[in-house]
Amino acid sequence: MFVHMDRVAIVGAAMTRFGKRSGWVAELLTEAAEATIADAEIDRAQIDHVYVANMASGEFEGHAGIANRLVHDCQLIDAYCARIDQTSASGGAGVYAGWQAIASGAASCALVVGAEKMTHRSTAEATDVIASLTHPVEYQHGVTLPSFAGLAARAYLHRYDAPRESLAHVAVKNHRNGVDNPHAHFQSAVDLETVLSSPMIADPLRLYDFCPISDGSAGLLLMSESLAREVTDRYVVITGIGGGTDTHVVHERPDPTRMGAVVTAGERAYAMAGRRPTEVDFAELHDMFTILEFLQSEDLGFFEKGHAWESTMAGVTARDGRLPINPSGGLKSKGHPLGASGVAQVVELVTQLRGEAGARQVDGAVGLACNVGGFGNCVTTTIVEAVS
Amino acid sequence: MSDDAPAPTAAEYADGSVGYPMHPIGPDGHAPVGEVALTGRAGTVETWTESTATPPGVRAPNLLAIVSFDLPGGPVRMIGQVDADAVAIGDRVHLGPPTQLREPDSGLRPTAVQSYVGHRFVPDED
Repeated sequence: MFVHMDRVAIVGAAMTRFGKRSGWVAELLTEAAEATIADAEIDRAQIDHVYVANMASGEFEGHAGIANRLVHDCQLIDAYCARIDQTSASGGAGVYAGWQAIASGAASCALVVGAEKMTHRSTAEATDVIASLTHPVEYQHGVTLPSFAGLAARAYLHRYDAPRESLAHVAVKNHRNGVDNPHAHFQSAVDLETVLSSPMIADPLRLYDFCPISDGSAGLLLMSESLAREVTDRYVVITGIGGGTDTHVVHERPDPTRMGAVVTAGERAYAMAGRRPTEVDFAELHDMFTILEFLQSEDLGFFEKGHAWESTMAGVTARDGRLPINPSGGLKSKGHPLGASGVAQVVELVTQLRGEAGARQVDGAVGLACNVGGFGNCVTTTIVEAVS
Repeated sequence: MSDDAPAPTAAEYADGSVGYPMHPIGPDGHAPVGEVALTGRAGTVETWTESTATPPGVRAPNLLAIVSFDLPGGPVRMIGQVDADAVAIGDRVHLGPPTQLREPDSGLRPTAVQSYVGHRFVPDED
């Protein structure tokens, strides 16, 4: 049904420096929006839809209605705007909202901006804001997202006889990639020994198995491909996008090593793009925890279930491997400002497909981003391709 | 501490399936038709973790497990704190008495919204 549609193009992309930032969420949104508009080199009066991806500006800093704030601050008055919250997958959901607006014809030019301001809260407070997405029967036990990761990691290592070191390879790889990303929270390499000797956080996972708490923002500008051709020669195209939802009660899932929503969202995105997993050249996956990179790369069909750890240790997912995963450094080293992450994943796809990634440049014309909310509760997968 | 925490029960649906917690609408598209008590049953530890970075009002470290109870309608899984120093995959456990799991009003959800009294898993005697 999508074959004859005017495809949705990305004509502008930008992200801000992730890390501990002095600005509040409104300033972060404005910074990314302005950088995105500048990147696209269009007149802001063309923007008729604005989507702000954000999980918890109310909880973090007592600021609701931040989409209106962005429209005000960037002089986008008259544009339709909405805030998109889909927990950690807010960014991907924002991209999907923008895509829907263009694909349906409701908008001619949609600005998608994701942002989160988190670092002014303590780790315990920020962890609790995120944990508040859990069901009451989980929340009362003090369950956190990192503890879900520990539970899944133990089940994975046990079932597939994978060594603990295999997870550390994810952290080492993504930190190495982050060294070459000037926007990354961490731009420092770590070695296996450092990862494996770092403090235990959620046994068997240690500090370096987790992404940091970060502030940051990212933006994309979307329009139809026919319109994009008129304004720029450096656009790329969203060829597939899909979402899925699993039970948010993690213990209900029959297999703790399988994320059903990743499978569903991937199948839908592949079907729309007319692509198979083997045709993806590189991917940005939601490595909020190292174990998530294994689970997603298997549930997206890159590797057989239970084998991602072997491929990772063999270097298949390294920047110079057959299927580079997280050339940006991933959430692990780039940081994870919740609402910004899914947008920033797609920004990396655009940067790579334009050949503008500098030292972290990988080859390929087909990129995939998988943005995960909760512990696989809700997922958006986006396939972006260069125009030949 | 408190006896106002209802004992955990699995919901039973007309198609014979079971699950915890109760869904207002079950997998068969209808409201549950019954409940099955999980207390007094032995369950098996499927996986566990010990969390050291806990949210406000939660014990640290916090030993947690996903436990599977074999019911006639199928396996029912539950997550919860473990009342022990250590646990292993395959261990047999049962639900202990009601206890304060987290300090009231320490988290984002007020006690009017969220009960903080519940049941921990206790390892079975060998």
